[in-house]
Formats: sequence, structure tokens, C-alpha cells
Amino acid sequence: MEQLQDLLGPAWTPVWTLVKIVAIVLPLLTAVAYLTWAERKVIGWMQVRMGPNRVGFFGFRLWGLGQPIADAVKLLTKEIIIPSGANRGLFLFAPVLAIAPAMAAWAVIPFTDRLVLANIDASLLYILAITSMGVYGVIIAGWASNSKYAFLGSLRSAAQIVSYEIAMGFALVGVLMSAQSLNLVEIVKGQEGGFWHWYWLPLFPLFLVYLISGVAETNRAPFDVAEGESEIVAGFHVEYSGMAFAVFFLAEYANMILISTLTSLMFLGGWLSPIPGLPDGFVWLAAKVSFILLLFLWFRATFPRYRYDQIMRLGWKVFIPVTLIWILLVGLILQTPYGHLFH
Amino acid sequence: MEFSAVIFYLFAAILLLAGLRVITAKNPVHAALALVLAFFTAAGLWILLEAEFLAITLVLVYVGAVMVLFLFVVMMLDINLEQLRQQFWDYLPIAALVAGLLIVQMILVLGGETFGLNPPAPKPAGYSNTKELGLLLYTEYVYPFELAAVILLVAIVAAIALTLRRRAGVKWVDPAVQVKVKREGRVRLVNLKPQKPQAQSEEDA
Repeated sequence: MEQLQDLLGPAWTPVWTLVKIVAIVLPLLTAVAYLTWAERKVIGWMQVRMGPNRVGFFGFRLWGLGQPIADAVKLLTKEIIIPSGANRGLFLFAPVLAIAPAMAAWAVIPFTDRLVLANIDASLLYILAITSMGVYGVIIAGWASNSKYAFLGSLRSAAQIVSYEIAMGFALVGVLMSAQSLNLVEIVKGQEGGFWHWYWLPLFPLFLVYLISGVAETNRAPFDVAEGESEIVAGFHVEYSGMAFAVFFLAEYANMILISTLTSLMFLGGWLSPIPGLPDGFVWLAAKVSFILLLFLWFRATFPRYRYDQIMRLGWKVFIPVTLIWILLVGLILQTPYGHLFH
Repeated sequence: MEFSAVIFYLFAAILLLAGLRVITAKNPVHAALALVLAFFTAAGLWILLEAEFLAITLVLVYVGAVMVLFLFVVMMLDINLEQLRQQFWDYLPIAALVAGLLIVQMILVLGGETFGLNPPAPKPAGYSNTKELGLLLYTEYVYPFELAAVILLVAIVAAIALTLRRRAGVKWVDPAVQVKVKREGRVRLVNLKPQKPQAQSEEDA
């Protein structure tokens, strides 16, 4: 490795960073592909169906494990239809804007206490800022399509994401008050000591608000009014086909994994093991992320879609007051001798 | 050239181009998007200057919230482009005045040393300006900070009070009432006496 470093000279840092980025993005995209498979399987089982079970490898069916690859090949070879009167440049740029923040946020996500691409002080703020960019993809897609349904979908999505971002931000304030840090590595380290020391317990209302707002932020059922098949066909991506549509799909699932990882890091102790004696490690983080992803799929299989005014009521009149009151409570108790309960 | 210098010039070039597009783009939506790009690259430049908290807040507040609502409004407006072009030239004298003031300010800042402005000493590694900013905001400047917050709150309340109108005949139901609905409140069981079916065979025949 040192020989390689000498060979590249000043170009070493960018090249090495690029290698690390690829090492994060490739497994992430694989996880996204297999999350779509897992979703179809899990929802299938919940509805007493089989789910995809035909496409396998080398003549073996393997529970349909080849399905995501077959889907990707199909979408890659399909034509991208650009509607007449659409704003061509923005129409093609919107999927890129949707997926870029979903990928960029991973720059500061720690996988263990040392395995992190950029261990910056304000990583929590960075996540908040970058994920707030995701809404542009949806808004621009709806506007550039030159279609009424798409535009309605993008307007709904914009209002919903902006509303739930506030509750999400307040939930994070509670976490950083407990951890006394904006750094994700420090936040996880503050939860050391096993299952009962993770922040889900002292910050339980914030944990719930964050989890549910996360579902709303990613436009997943039961908050998927931006797509709303029964009302506005498919919402903001009704005019998209082929790979342009697939990129929106990838962005949605990448965002799901991101939100699940963040919830695990901030409320469920990240890579820390639930029982103090057992060794910590990435396995625990993966298990926690998988559990929250299962919740995402479970919600979709279980709940009917929220009505639009109910979504707004839940966001503004329930979640924001709950987070505000809990932040005030945490702040007050931190000043008393019982402050250690929240650390 | 150093790597950070390359990044700086790249970001500066994008920023200038985006700024130019804000005022030259024909379509208001394109102009708003160019403004988003300008904010984003400006945030990148601030990170290069080690003002990471300010940079991230710029993205979070302006790009993530303010510009989304801005775009929202611009997209829904039915704008006459010709009329807009006309106003562009009407506002030129005021714009020139603002631009002139900006240039004077830039000269004062960039040539700061000749005007008695000294750059701050470089900070040691591990210095967190987020922490410093927080300390200043919540100790020395806590009253102005709270005042600003209250002023913003008043603005929100005023905006809502101005646009709130109560409409008659709204079929809104309190969700708490909806949740408490019982079967007895909705379903009425009627005990019908069994009736003998009409003998139809004779009619049919």
C-alpha cells in the first residue's frame, strides 16, 4: 500500500477517497436491489402469497434471488419516453437530484467506531442538510413532466417533506442534547452499556416521532400520497419509464436504508451489542438496520393510506408539540441531579 | 496547484455561473434552481474556509426549506415572461446602485489590510467553531437571539392571522370523535318480521 502511495504522490488522497466511496456505494446499491426483493417476499408472505420465486441462477431457483438483477436488466434496456412539452433537461436531471443526496449522506455514516469515511464534528447537521435536498428531485420531476398528476404529486410531496422535516429535526435535537455532541461516532459512544442504555428508552417519544417521520420523509406507505396510485395515478413519477424511473426507485430504497441506519445509530446503539459482555461490531448495526427495514415493509403491508389532511394534522399538531415538550423536559432534567438518566 | 485551490476555483466558477443564470434565465423556475445551486456552492466554499456550521446551516435553511417553498410558489404562478423582461430593464438603475455598493464592500474586505482590518489568526487543529458559536449565541448574545426568535414567531402568527378564514359548512370531524365511534352509533339493527314470499308461479304462467 505504501508503494502505491509513493507512486501516486499528491493524487493519493483523492484516489484513496474514491476507492473508499466505491467500497460504500457498491454494497449499498446491492442492499437496495435486495431490499426490493425482500419487500416483495415479506409482503407476499404477509398476504399469504409466494412473492417472486422464479428467477434464480444457473437453473436453480433459490427463492427468486435473481429477480432484482432481472429487473435491473429489464429497466436498463427499456426506452426512456420524454413527454411532449416536458422540460427535457430538468426531466432527465430530476432522478439524479433524487438519488444524489441519498448517496452523499453516507459520507458521514459510521459503520463501527473507526470505519467511517469522514468523521466530521457536525455530522448530524450534515445529514439533516443533505437529506433536506432530496425533495428537489421530486419537485422538479413533477414540474418538468408537464403533467397535471405529476405536478399534484410533487406539490403534495413538497408540503409533506417540509412538514415532517421539522419534527425530525427536533427529534435530533433531543439526541444531541443527550449525547452532548453532533458527531455520530460520539452519539453512539454515549449509549454504551447495553440495551437499557440506548437512547430509545429516555427519548422514547422522540424515537417514535423519528421513526414515523422517517416513513413520511421517504414517501412510503402509509404516507405515500405523493404517489397515491388510486388518486393521482403514480404522482410525481407517472411520466417516467425505463432507467429514469428506476433511479427514483433506487433513491427511495436508498433513503429507507439511510433512515433505518440513522435510527439505529441514534436510538438503538449503532454497532454496540445489546448485552454488555458480547463484542461490539458491524453485525449488530446490520441486524438493527434490518429490523427497522422490516418495520418499513410491515407498515406498508398493514396500514391503509393516510388522508392528506390527516398527514398534515399528524405532522404539525401531534409530532411537533410532542417533540417540543420532550426537548423541554430533557433540558430541564439535565439541569437536575437526575441528569444522568438522559446520558 | 494545491488540491484545495483546485476545488476553490472550481466552486467559485460554478458559483459565478449560477449567479449569472439567476438573473439571465428566461424561465423563473430555472432561475430559482440556479439560486439553489449558488447557495450550495457557496456552502462548499464556506466549508473550505472551515466555517462548517454556517455552511451546513446555509444548506439546511436556505436550500432545504426556503428555496423549496420559493420554488413551490414560482411553479404555481402564471407568469407572463414578456412583462417580466420589461421590468428587468425598469429595475436596472436600482440594481446598478446595489451592485456598486457590493463592489465597494468587496474592495473594503479584500483590501482589508490597507484599511486596518486584520485577518484572524489561524486556529489550532481540533478547534470547533460550532462550539464557539453556540457559546456566544447562548451567553453573550442570548437576548438578541431570543428577540430575533420572538420577532420571527410574531411574523408567523401574523401571516396565519391574515390568511385564516373560517368557512361555513365544512364537514370537518374531530379525529378524537372519529376514534371513539362505536358500532352502536352507526348501525341500527331492525327486527323485520319474516314475510311469506309471493306465489309467483301463477303470474309467470
